[in-house]
Amino acid sequence: MDWGTILSNTAAWLISPETIAYALAALGLAIHFGYTGLLNFGQAGFMAIGAYGYAISILSFDLPWWVGIIVGILGSVVFAFLLGIPTLRLRADYLAIVTIAAAEIVRLLFTTQAFDEYTNSADGLGNYHAGFRAANPFTFEGSVGFGPWVYNANQWWVRIFGILLVVIAALIVWALMRSPWGRVIKGIREDEDAVRALGKNVFAYKMQSLIIGGIFGALGGVVMALPSAVVPSVYVTSLTFFLYTILLLGGAATVFGPIVGSIIFWVIMAFLSNVLPALVQVGALPFMTTIQAGVLRYILVGVALMLIVIFRPQGIFGNKKELTFVK
Amino acid sequence: MEVARKTRQRRSRLLLSLIAAAVALTAFGSVGAASADEIGTDEYDYYFAGNVKYDGDPLEDVLIKVSGGGYNAEVVTDAEGKWKIGVPEKDKYDVTLDESTLPAGVIVVEGQATREAEFGLTNSAAVNFFLGEGVRVTVSVFDQFVERFFNGINFGLMLALAAIGASLVFGTTGLSNFAHAEMVTFGAIMALVFSVFIQLPLYVAIPIALILSAGFGWALDAALWRPLRRKGVGIVQLMIVSIGLSLALRYVFQYFIGGGTYQLPGSSADNLTLFGSVKLTATDLVSMAVSVLVLLAVAFWLLRTRIGKATRAISDNASLASASGIDVDRVIRIVWILGAALAGLSGILWAYFRPGIKWDMGASILLLIFAAITLGGLGTAFGALIGSIVVGLLVEVSTLWIPSDLKYVGALVVLILVLLVRPQGILGRRERIG
Repeated sequence: MDWGTILSNTAAWLISPETIAYALAALGLAIHFGYTGLLNFGQAGFMAIGAYGYAISILSFDLPWWVGIIVGILGSVVFAFLLGIPTLRLRADYLAIVTIAAAEIVRLLFTTQAFDEYTNSADGLGNYHAGFRAANPFTFEGSVGFGPWVYNANQWWVRIFGILLVVIAALIVWALMRSPWGRVIKGIREDEDAVRALGKNVFAYKMQSLIIGGIFGALGGVVMALPSAVVPSVYVTSLTFFLYTILLLGGAATVFGPIVGSIIFWVIMAFLSNVLPALVQVGALPFMTTIQAGVLRYILVGVALMLIVIFRPQGIFGNKKELTFVK
Repeated sequence: MEVARKTRQRRSRLLLSLIAAAVALTAFGSVGAASADEIGTDEYDYYFAGNVKYDGDPLEDVLIKVSGGGYNAEVVTDAEGKWKIGVPEKDKYDVTLDESTLPAGVIVVEGQATREAEFGLTNSAAVNFFLGEGVRVTVSVFDQFVERFFNGINFGLMLALAAIGASLVFGTTGLSNFAHAEMVTFGAIMALVFSVFIQLPLYVAIPIALILSAGFGWALDAALWRPLRRKGVGIVQLMIVSIGLSLALRYVFQYFIGGGTYQLPGSSADNLTLFGSVKLTATDLVSMAVSVLVLLAVAFWLLRTRIGKATRAISDNASLASASGIDVDRVIRIVWILGAALAGLSGILWAYFRPGIKWDMGASILLLIFAAITLGGLGTAFGALIGSIVVGLLVEVSTLWIPSDLKYVGALVVLILVLLVRPQGILGRRERIG
């Protein structure tokens, strides 16, 4: 077994575009679920809208890349309204089922043959990178970096752009949650009726929270689309479940929880995807094939999610007093 | 098996002809022309290719579809009439030429529009269709409607088997169980293990699968849900635990049976013509009969037996039921066992309907199950039955008007609309939406 390669492959995931994208989407989910108590199971739909909004505006409408991002954001705002108006008055588990259904509708609409001209149906979209790469401030040739993090100019541009987005998003969440707005939001999570009794428009606050978190989800989708392609099979309900795993791992009602959760999640996933097949190959796991070793890590994700929720629902950074679960 | 698969394909082809006509009027008329003449050839090593010509002239924009082993792809011919479709495995596939995309007056020689194709020694195989002059015989819209209506009822009934269990669990414990889908898959996989891998006859294998499903439900309750109830874990937390369980189980299934699709024995029953051109297979009829009988038995159990009445009492008001001497934990255990057995049965029937068994088959109807219970009224067993049949009909009949790859969308949209106007569902009571 080549531990050097395994560790270097693992370390690369610290700043991979996927890690960054999941961190952004999980931050959005932290606003929904962690701070407002909205059980949004449709974050995959927000991400799909961000990614497709970006790619379709560039490919089908020849818009500049930054307009593509704005289109993705606007799309997610519209989706938040469509989702929120019928459901935000309902109980938490109704909201969960409706949001998951809505995200699935979004995915099926992006995957169907009917809109093949724009979405390329099940094959996904690619080759929309020219504009984003032309805006690259780095002009060095070849690959630069140290240790496991050696990338070319375009790869660095994607990562740094993504990290900037995460930093801005984290600052926004931090600032919002210490503002009066954030206190109302947290109040809604703790006791909706009490906040209503204080004369606040709970529905409007919930809607604002859904929109802001949804925008972060859409930005996550954009970052996911930036390096290579938009693959429709990514935006399934499992994506939302992985985001919940990340969020609950780090701590639902925290600013750093989703970011650190995403890093831990992807680093462990990368480590397992490297180490398990290697163990199979040297014969340490005789009852397993390398394909099964690949599946095993997803089983572990499921088990980890159950264990976190049962034994440490506040996550790594969370405060037990600020439990976000409805009793 | 092949026959069943072909008939389904024919249905979707007929559907496509309708859609093609409808869509041609709209802006999406250019969909066919815009897509390439090659698909999947980059991803996969094996491919089918062909050349569509009539009287020596190439035909452009003819839709060719490949399906088999859970894989589906389609492509339209280019200006030279050529097409190429990559496939994941060197195996048998059904290749279909969509007759509705041929120019007027040209048809495929009788019965040859769908052909079974396989590979020889090389990684590619040629598939060509014999075209001739003629007039297409189309099935009347009414016959299609009746056929889909029966399919919808059939699908709705098997959905109901799964949904009633999930609804009873919700009613008695408040848990929206995302892992219910995996109990559906579990039943199908157990039937697969005993009928195909161990090669027992079906009438032995299916009862074993059902008993194991029931045992699975009991084990889940005993090992996981009961301790969590004791611990007083909140319902949202329980829901997320069920999501974790659903992920873990789903991938455990994939770990053992891989990513492929398996068939149960006897899935190649012959078509029986009911009237006109409405055809159903014997399996469809048996499946409907089984569903109806089991659902009647469940209804009898709920309405007439002590435990059934106790179950409804707990769904109404758990504390009151407990105070009047009902052993809540015991009833919940029975509900889990019953729900898992029903889900397992629904999985087996669904394996014939789809057709095929796959590791994530349950997950693909989970939302339809939820749609059915929400539609009928959360926590009410008879609501789940009505909701399921509505959803089943909606999914199948809506394919008359919308593309078949969007058929689940109709049901999900209705779910959201129902919540807008009547959040408590058809049979639910207002207080439940809290």
